[in-house]
Amino acid sequence: MSSLADLFTVLAVSAGAFFFMAGTVGLLRFPDALTRLHALTKADNLGLGLVVLGLLPRAEGALAALKLASVWLLVLFTGATVSQLIAKAAREGDKDDD
Amino acid sequence: MTIDVALDCGLAALALVMGGWIIAARGSFAATVGFVAYGLLLTLAWVRLDAIDVALMEGAIGSGLTGALLLRASSRLRASETSALAERPSVVLRALVALLSAIVAAMLAAAVLYLPEPAPTLAPDAAANAGATGMGNAVTNVLMAFRAMDTMLEKVVLLVALVGVWSLARDRLWGGRPGPYYPVNPRDPLTFLAQMLPPAGIVIGIYMLWAGADHPGGAFQGGTIIAAMWLLAIFAGLTDAPPISSKRIRLALIAGPLLFLIVGLCGLWLGDAFLAYPVAYAKPLLLAIEFAMTLTVAVTLALLIAGPSEREPGP
Repeated sequence: MSSLADLFTVLAVSAGAFFFMAGTVGLLRFPDALTRLHALTKADNLGLGLVVLGLLPRAEGALAALKLASVWLLVLFTGATVSQLIAKAAREGDKDDD
Repeated sequence: MTIDVALDCGLAALALVMGGWIIAARGSFAATVGFVAYGLLLTLAWVRLDAIDVALMEGAIGSGLTGALLLRASSRLRASETSALAERPSVVLRALVALLSAIVAAMLAAAVLYLPEPAPTLAPDAAANAGATGMGNAVTNVLMAFRAMDTMLEKVVLLVALVGVWSLARDRLWGGRPGPYYPVNPRDPLTFLAQMLPPAGIVIGIYMLWAGADHPGGAFQGGTIIAAMWLLAIFAGLTDAPPISSKRIRLALIAGPLLFLIVGLCGLWLGDAFLAYPVAYAKPLLLAIEFAMTLTVAVTLALLIAGPSEREPGP
């Protein structure tokens, strides 16, 4: 049972790390601010979500698991809002350039 | 074990590269963003050293709060930045500055490298007397009891810093509200964030203060989070920054150091020394001081970032 949980952790955290790496590559390679933001938020949301999911079986009790999940929810919420704000600032900056 | 060493080496190398990049960056905005990232790297380094309290502090104050202060400073300097960059200091001056910085860095490195082995430490004493306060977190014990004087003076220094920021205001604006008024835009995502996040953030701030008795956390970290929530509401226009002449604000600013001083002076009268807590009441007294401290830290930090008064004081 515990080895199954370990396998789950390894798989989920590795998948999360993959999304973080893909997001970083996107951040470096994509052409403009909006697409780069897209890459970044995918890394935050999915990558961190998978890492948290993988760590859940290792949490000491329900309260620790709840804390892990709320970390993800808070990052999800602030990340989504802040990326909207950055996108808005980027578009307004483009208008100023025209 | 080897993967741990590789991780630590990678972290140290990243921090060094980041530090070099901040020095090399020409624009103040780019350097500030680099500084925030550098602070987050240092936070990870403190976690790797098992100093979670310091890591929380570095993340909240070193990276977050200082980063916000520097960002505000850099946005104020933006208008004059190009002309400032054009006035490049002479080669001699730059060489002297580089030499001075190198000497300071070398002296710091030497101080660390030539520490006696084992390094002088009071950690065993602090651990042996941990029972005296009834708190489980050794760092809180040291900050609030064994080195309480330092902690109190630290809060007074913050207050002096705030007075320094306030004194930048023009005479006729003295006592007014800091910063411009931010109008509410209901369609702005910032408004949504400022409505949704503070309830959770305030609970997390108080939790950090409460957990600080036995786990990593404490008044400073909790206060910083509460300050951030207040600033979020101010910047979204949901609430206005208070006038700096407000009596309630002034009271909140001195609550922490004042309670600390009163308890300290009572220690002189009842106990053995200044800031000596009676052992039977040590924990409730320390918690009361920590609550007052959290209030003071939250208000001080928020007003530090809000800045000097920029509007005429009301009637």
